[in-house]
Amino acid sequence: MWTYSIKRVIQGIITVWFIATATFFAMHSVPGDPLLNDRAMSPEIRANLEAKYGLDQPLLTQYVVYMTNLVRGDLGISFVHENQSVNDIISERFPVSAILGILALFIAAIGGVIWGALTALYRNQLPDYIIMFLVILGISVPSFVVAALSQLFLVNVNELAGRTLLPVAGWGSVLHLLVPALVLGLSTMAYLTRLMRSSMLEITNSDFIRTAKAKGLPPARIFTRHQLRNAILPVVTVLGPQVAIITTGGFVVEIVFAIPGLGRFFVEAVQQLDYTVIMGTTVFYGAFLVVMVILVDLIYGYIDPRIKLEQ
Amino acid sequence: MSDTSSVALDTDQSFSRSAGKQLLIYAGYGFVFIVALFYFLSVAATQVGGAAGGGAINFEENSITIALRQEPPQLDHTRASDAVSFTVLTHTMEGLLGYDNDNQLTPGVAERWEIREDGATFWLRDNALWSDGQPITAHDFVFGWRKVLDPATASIYAFIMYPIENAEAINSGELPPETLGVRAISDSVLEVSFEQPTPYFEKLVAFQTFYPVRQDFFESTNGRYGADADQLLYNGPYVITEWVHSASMRWEKNPNYWNKNNVGLIDTIEVAYITEDVNAKLNLFKDGQIPNTQLVASMLDSAMEQRWNIDRFMEGSIFWVVSNFREERLTNNYNLRRALQLSVDPVEFVYKVLKEPGYMPGTSMFPYWIKGAENLFRQEHPPIEHVPNEELARQHLEMAKQELQLDEFPPLVMLADDSPVGNMTTEYLQAQFSEKLGLEIRIDKQIFKQRLLKANAGDFDILVNGWSPDYDDILTFGDYFASWNLNNRGRYNNSELDRNVRIGQTSLDQNERMAAFAEVQRITYEDAVVIPLYERGWSFVVDPRLKGFKRRVIGPEVDYRFAYIDRNGSSAD
Repeated sequence: MWTYSIKRVIQGIITVWFIATATFFAMHSVPGDPLLNDRAMSPEIRANLEAKYGLDQPLLTQYVVYMTNLVRGDLGISFVHENQSVNDIISERFPVSAILGILALFIAAIGGVIWGALTALYRNQLPDYIIMFLVILGISVPSFVVAALSQLFLVNVNELAGRTLLPVAGWGSVLHLLVPALVLGLSTMAYLTRLMRSSMLEITNSDFIRTAKAKGLPPARIFTRHQLRNAILPVVTVLGPQVAIITTGGFVVEIVFAIPGLGRFFVEAVQQLDYTVIMGTTVFYGAFLVVMVILVDLIYGYIDPRIKLEQ
Repeated sequence: MSDTSSVALDTDQSFSRSAGKQLLIYAGYGFVFIVALFYFLSVAATQVGGAAGGGAINFEENSITIALRQEPPQLDHTRASDAVSFTVLTHTMEGLLGYDNDNQLTPGVAERWEIREDGATFWLRDNALWSDGQPITAHDFVFGWRKVLDPATASIYAFIMYPIENAEAINSGELPPETLGVRAISDSVLEVSFEQPTPYFEKLVAFQTFYPVRQDFFESTNGRYGADADQLLYNGPYVITEWVHSASMRWEKNPNYWNKNNVGLIDTIEVAYITEDVNAKLNLFKDGQIPNTQLVASMLDSAMEQRWNIDRFMEGSIFWVVSNFREERLTNNYNLRRALQLSVDPVEFVYKVLKEPGYMPGTSMFPYWIKGAENLFRQEHPPIEHVPNEELARQHLEMAKQELQLDEFPPLVMLADDSPVGNMTTEYLQAQFSEKLGLEIRIDKQIFKQRLLKANAGDFDILVNGWSPDYDDILTFGDYFASWNLNNRGRYNNSELDRNVRIGQTSLDQNERMAAFAEVQRITYEDAVVIPLYERGWSFVVDPRLKGFKRRVIGPEVDYRFAYIDRNGSSAD
């Protein structure tokens, strides 16, 4: 168990190093540069700015400097928000994305498992058809459409009620969280529902379920111990990457609902070629994803005793 | 097979029922868990997030709640270069001079001033105070302006100070900042010497980069000046009392502001939403959370149905097509440029193709709102009327072919932004040039920064871009095509135009200046240097209870400094 964990952590560090290196060189090979501005710059001002950000150094020197700072935990200063360090941006903004993401993830996971199990139990019956129809919708309608529509729906509800029942956008109270979290979790919930359904169906037709039924075990017990517990494994597998996808992929929801999260920074930084923020957020998200995958692998061993972590 | 399956179905149904019951119990647990999680996380959310909005207009508190489209990237005005930062700064700072609600130049920190051929003098009022109660002195301006030009600051807008003596040399590191031609004669008299006569200097000092900075405060921030609400010293109508980055801000009336009875009438302005999404802001407006929002074309119909008060506003910028004058480019040929010019009809383009509310066809390189000596420049010096002429265009194209000794034109590269309006523009132009002239146009769509890079490198034949004003003087557009201007990306070089720009820059006689710019206007048309396409405008809607709110060409995008709440403001419906 311990040797396995240590091995995974070392692998994880190498992965993050690889992500950082690849991002660094990919980013610098994108045409255009972060210092360009609508107002043409005199060579002197340009030289001053380049010196400030170390862009006058050869690329390899820049890489070494960046990596050294990264090891020290210093992600540098944003090119666009010149007064803010990337460390500050991440530590201030990530908790917001994380809160929204955790909530969305739990809604998605719990909802996905329950809807998936339900559709499997009532396969080819009315509940199955209705839920699977909604699932297809949830997977195929992009989140910016869902976000915009749900916001419009909120406006109409408030108008009918004659006062603001649920806030339309913003951040701060439990009511502000509700709709964005639902919207954010929707497509993951749909995806997990499908996964859960097929996994349940596969297990329902397996030999050990038939044996359990033949033995005359109570249905509730068969369902919980034999079906659910086995069927949930694939869901747990994808949960790790999904955590990262939800917490990082929230930028559309964050923009529509004016939520001050990190996802927005990530996207804006790419558009503006804000080198340090692109690097900082990518490395951070990369590391986050790696940690989540490792965690899931460890949890796996707990849920499914057949899996031996030592191998 | 058939009889066994019916039995199986029967047992399946009873199994489903009891399993379903079990599932329902789990669903109940899950629901309770999520509700608990909601509660827990919303407590956490208040720790990391900003303030929730409390409605667009609050009579009792005399406060309003607004949205900004972006987190202000830079509130250190010596380095700020973007519209959102400038908007916030205009509410919290004041320069020597400023603008009133009718866009007329008014005294700010300076009580009176004098512009001479070789310099200027500003007499500061003695009741102008910093937000900590200390008086603003001429030294604060000297310190601030030196800071802007200091190469270590690397200020993008440093060029705007170049009319001051030695400014350019200081900025390029040739002279120390102390040699800048600005002196504090006493605490209340500021003396400026010019590099060359600068008749529009009074309009320049209203620009945000010219705001004062107090040395002792600046040094106490350890390089974090402008990074947070408490890392700024204010001297304008509002002070920022709370700033949660990317989330919210609170601007409160500055009790130490000398002109507080006339400017800054609303006590508190809450910035509760920061989003670029115009639909989200429209929804916030409909829900009564913000008092004004921009309307785009697709929103207009429903806005009219609701009988909202829709205001129009020319945003000040102009979009045009410029040619590349570098030797090796075909567009260096006059007849080719003239052919292109004659085949474009901005009126048709704006009203039949773009159909964006508030847009106006371009008729000159100077937008309509530019002031002349007395009236609008356009009234004093009307531009040459542009008459599209397909026949004439083809004749010029033939001449170009002969001059360039070409049988067939190779494809021309048209560089433009990859934006919705940019795409409509390039497609329209491509269609015009190919239908009317048989020219093949290769469209090179790039995102903003890449477009700038290619434009700087001269990697185009024709470039679709625009220009927006920095200060309220014709020169902000007038020197665009001067040979020394770095923004002149087509490298247009015409000594007659240059000579006229020099007159416009330095002459103290307004009529002479305007006549010179009229020449610039004529040359750019007759030499087919630029094809103006459209002047951009916005439509927006304002809560009828909010009076005095303005959007501006110069200065802040949105201006609440003169806004006030009218309790009886009749609602639109």
